Amino acid sequence: MNFTFHGKRITGCLVVIPENEVAFADEMENYDFPVKNSQRLMRGIGLDRRRVVRSATTCASDLCIRGLRHLFEQGHLAPEDIDALILVTETPDYFMPPTSNVIQGALGLGHDTLCLDINQGCAGFVVGLAQAFMLLDQPAINKVVLLNADTLSRTASPKDRNAFPLLGDAASIVVVEDHPSRDDTIHASVKMDGARHQAIMIPAGGFRMPTSQTTSAPKKFDDGNSRSLNHYHMEGIDVLNFVMEDIPPLVDALLASAGRSKADIDYFMFHQPNPFMLRKLAAEMEVPIEKMPHDLVSIYGNNSSATIPTAITHHLGEATLTRDFSLCLSGFGVGLTWSAMLLRLGPLDFCEFLAFKE
Amino acid sequence: MNVDNLVLEILCDIRPESDFGNSQNFLEERLLDSMDITSLIAALEEEFDIVIKGSEIRAENFGNLGAITALVASHGVPL
Repeated sequence: MNFTFHGKRITGCLVVIPENEVAFADEMENYDFPVKNSQRLMRGIGLDRRRVVRSATTCASDLCIRGLRHLFEQGHLAPEDIDALILVTETPDYFMPPTSNVIQGALGLGHDTLCLDINQGCAGFVVGLAQAFMLLDQPAINKVVLLNADTLSRTASPKDRNAFPLLGDAASIVVVEDHPSRDDTIHASVKMDGARHQAIMIPAGGFRMPTSQTTSAPKKFDDGNSRSLNHYHMEGIDVLNFVMEDIPPLVDALLASAGRSKADIDYFMFHQPNPFMLRKLAAEMEVPIEKMPHDLVSIYGNNSSATIPTAITHHLGEATLTRDFSLCLSGFGVGLTWSAMLLRLGPLDFCEFLAFKE
Repeated sequence: MNVDNLVLEILCDIRPESDFGNSQNFLEERLLDSMDITSLIAALEEEFDIVIKGSEIRAENFGNLGAITALVASHGVPL
């Protein structure tokens, strides 16, 4: 589905990153593979360090609350100005109530603050932005806070090297506002294919397959990885194929519908699965790799729907405070869901990182 | 050394414990995981001086020795 939005803009971005850093080199012996094999992976895929929460009870909401309090303290945001709070997460505090309500309550936001949880992953930044822009069409809503937050590191088996060494934790907080004088149109496209929903999933723990002794028992597979049905699982080759087959035409079609070319785009700020995949994707799309930041997983890990704000803050940061950039955003992941957006970003009121200490 | 043997040598270097000779499908039988596929692509590109396109990263191109050899050959590498 294609969307167009007018008179909206992002006014600020804060990315909350756990202070705790782990290194793949220190974890190699956890996996049932020769160290030489893992060292080759470090070079080939670009695995290095990542930021993850330390505690088994630290939640995505904790990162969001810390970040929002920081913005209140810095005067970047006033609690009474938040008309809607959207949280995109796959790692909620509870099945019920919605985690966005939990955050609202913790911060003492007013009862007129609309709280929405969206269960989405790596495509979720664009999905959340589209939802935020739609809400801004309501006369009562002038400012939306979009939270993209996950603690996915807690979902993977420490003995599954297809997932565990890639996943990081983070929360991004993006403020979205009406801006009637802004004359540029924002174009977006979101596609979903539930027929492929098993490509990335946590099989057990919901109501379809409640956790039990059986689902909790780790199983060792012939490929050497070990995980239980309670763990995050990704069919890697299917996901690689999905990205290479479905993202280039999505972006091409969106650019065509907007009457723009790849040369008009300053940066392709894409979801960050790993550097190897993004280098292949850039080549497939005939986009110069310099215009597609691709090294974030080596620093922060794949932090789900927060990867795009993380990439923007890491690579553009302070530059966004004084000028604007023409960006193509794209996310792809669980669902399967894939999304893209063309927008001008900046000048922003703030664009920075905050370290989360536990 | 022909392409078949070179590919087999690369596979055995990535997974010395696996019996690629007796496997019908490396992926379905889980002899290779997705990380191995990445290592394999990097090694094939280096060994044969080719660039494997993103659209070629499909299960059918990595399922067995013949499929991988055919992928390499499709880049102009003489068998």
